[in-house]
Amino acid sequence: MIPELGNFSLVLALSLAVLLSVVPMIGVQKNNELLMTLSRPLCTGVWVFMVISFGCLAYAFLDDDFSVAYVASNSNSLLPVYYKFTAVWGGHEGSLLLWVLMVASWTYAVSLFSRNLPLDILARVLAVMGIISVSFLLFMLFTSNPFDRLLLNTPADGTDLNPLLQDFGIIVHPPFLYMGYVGFSVAFAFAITALLSGKMDAAWARWTKPWTNAAWAFLTIGIALGSWWAYYELGWGGWWFWDPSENVAFMPWLVGTALIHSLSVTEKRGVFKSWTALLAIAAFSLSLLGTFIIRSGLLTSVHAFAVDPERGMVLMAIILLVIGSSLFLYALRAPVVKGIASYTATSREVFLLINNIILVVSVAMILLGTLYPLIHEAIYGEANKVSVGAPYFNAIFLPLMGLIVIFLSIGSISRWKKTSMDYLKSQLLKVAVASVLLGIVIPLVVTREVNVPIFIAVALALWIILGIGRDILTKTANKASLLEGLKSLSLSYYGMQIAHLGMAVIILGVCLTSHYSIEEDVRLAPGEQIEIGKYTFTFQGVNREPGPNYAADVGTIEVQKNNTTYMTLYPEKRTYFATGTVQTEADIDVGFTRDLFAALGDPRGDGAWVVRLHVKPFVFWIWMGAFLMAAGGITAILDRRYRVREVRQQETVTKTPGAMGSLKGA
Amino acid sequence: MSDQSPKNNMRLKLFVPVAVFLILSGLFFFGLTRDPNVVPSALVDRPLPEFTQPSLYPEEGVFSKQELLGDILLVNIWGSWCPPCHAEHPFFLEISETENDITMVGISYDYSMEEDRLFLEERGNPFDYNVVDLDGSLRIDLGVTGAPETFLVDQNGMILHRHIGAIDSIIWKDIFVPFLEQIR
Repeated sequence: MIPELGNFSLVLALSLAVLLSVVPMIGVQKNNELLMTLSRPLCTGVWVFMVISFGCLAYAFLDDDFSVAYVASNSNSLLPVYYKFTAVWGGHEGSLLLWVLMVASWTYAVSLFSRNLPLDILARVLAVMGIISVSFLLFMLFTSNPFDRLLLNTPADGTDLNPLLQDFGIIVHPPFLYMGYVGFSVAFAFAITALLSGKMDAAWARWTKPWTNAAWAFLTIGIALGSWWAYYELGWGGWWFWDPSENVAFMPWLVGTALIHSLSVTEKRGVFKSWTALLAIAAFSLSLLGTFIIRSGLLTSVHAFAVDPERGMVLMAIILLVIGSSLFLYALRAPVVKGIASYTATSREVFLLINNIILVVSVAMILLGTLYPLIHEAIYGEANKVSVGAPYFNAIFLPLMGLIVIFLSIGSISRWKKTSMDYLKSQLLKVAVASVLLGIVIPLVVTREVNVPIFIAVALALWIILGIGRDILTKTANKASLLEGLKSLSLSYYGMQIAHLGMAVIILGVCLTSHYSIEEDVRLAPGEQIEIGKYTFTFQGVNREPGPNYAADVGTIEVQKNNTTYMTLYPEKRTYFATGTVQTEADIDVGFTRDLFAALGDPRGDGAWVVRLHVKPFVFWIWMGAFLMAAGGITAILDRRYRVREVRQQETVTKTPGAMGSLKGA
Repeated sequence: MSDQSPKNNMRLKLFVPVAVFLILSGLFFFGLTRDPNVVPSALVDRPLPEFTQPSLYPEEGVFSKQELLGDILLVNIWGSWCPPCHAEHPFFLEISETENDITMVGISYDYSMEEDRLFLEERGNPFDYNVVDLDGSLRIDLGVTGAPETFLVDQNGMILHRHIGAIDSIIWKDIFVPFLEQIR
């Protein structure tokens, strides 16, 4: 009964979403205020029924209703209750349900928080988001319905949630990632609306910016969580693999980063308009593509979902329709939103343009690397398969990031319209000299070895950090006191600096971890020890211990530092009852300056085991930096200027009658 | 006309994104028509991972990679609980008769060694070596996604090809025989 209710809610949500995508559009066309106003209650309706539907599926999981096919293949009666709930999005159908619920939620949020938007703009934005809901609801109902039943041969128990997914990191990873992916649909909808209406001014950028920041912050956290999960759950001790499923999340993030910067230019200077629109479309397109590439099994990946070409075809059709038509619309309408402004070669506009170019080039290179195996196969046939690995991506990506960091400090310190070379020199020359010198001296003093990549990384990080300090000092120089000055700076300024600081922290984390990690895979018998850096690891053997739905071999590894007992690590190897799958569970002592990582390999007889031990300096900084970036994005949203009511100047917009013969005309 | 053409050029440029996207879509449609079972493995052209695993028959002790090297190896991951493995079983019996220079290695999942032995007893044993992967470590090293999977390994221990799913005479002829011709 409950699953049927869930299914029925989905159908109702679909019907309302169809109305949402059609009625407000007609309203704008006919300048009928009533039809436009309908968009708000329709959003609420879609959202409510999606919540009900999601609740029904969650109920089926918690109730162990194995007559529901999706529950049967993703849960088990022994599964701990919190994993039963999170198993709702542990497979294809359920995560799709979560995806659509999030589209509905973002749509609902836009309808709630955009009271000050002109009605015709709001109506169009909501309708565009309605179209996205409709496509994915159709996809779900016809190819991947989570409520499908197994009524004739109801299994006695479920086949269990994939043990890899029975973990805290993975509970929160997909929701954040999807919030990010789906969040870009708001910027996308705003861009489509701007193209349709031909209105794309500072106010438009100001409406779009907070939504883009929010989506971007979610995506940042989502990617960081995914990398953290890979770090401790996959048991390899690595945190980024340039795997296709990572790349497809990283590309929209990079484009989103570019979009945030170009939105600033559009907001402050009214230029780069059509470029901003294109980035907004691209960010969401890449999010859709990400969903598609992972779902269709198009590329081989360490953690791809089930392979199903039929679903892939339908998804591809949706994407072709959504992306294809919006890019076509862009091609036709972009000249309408052209901006006119003047700026010189050393203005902030130009530096942000350089930032955008580097980011977009990075995305293009990553896309090429990710799809190259497919391209190669298309040209040379199936027998000739290639794979593109980390060396390619590192060789391309790292220099580009170095370049972008150089422009980061210049860009954020320079002024709109025109910045004199003298000003830049006065601000940055000392910073540049100091960061290069300290970048060489600090690592040299600490490690006593010449390591050029480390010099470069530390210098780049210092370049950002000192640049931030310099800029804050300049901006507060004419205030009575530093505190007074700090108070006068806007939250969006702080947001920018926090995010930039996050970038510096990530650079340090990545570089120090990559160069100074010590990794040992050793065979240890009970009582044997090994020295790694400052630490001595003593293996005390393995005990078998029961878990809720698995049995675990738990290793005991004592760690000593300077001959005193420091801590004990308990890495596990779990055998899950339902599937017989064996899962490595590393034990990691997370520290500010270093992580100690222990994972169990294979037993080698007589109580001896292969043990994987790592000492990873500063690896925590990678995630700390990502968190700072996200925090920066959120801080900027809180800026007053995104909350003040839009003033009179917008009034004219509502009056422009329907504006759009666009699709018919051009 | 003369002041029209730069403008037209400009407008044409705006179609670049949609053109790029259409090319990509073409690539994706091509990708979808592929047989998703033919998955390139990161292990192809790499040596077979080191292993030491117990035999399915405890009296035989353990086998390590070193003992198996020298011949062409056909390494098959299977389990008595796996229906597609049942399907490919008769064909393996056939190859074990006809292809004498190939050493066949069966690696069985650890659900029940008893069932596995019974299965081989009843339906015939095509494998020269029967190994069990008790702790799943070998499957992890090989990057196995499920059963059945089959790896073709040359005389030097390099993995030439990985096949996911059951093998029949057509797949054998189309995919495996060309590889065998290269190394024989």
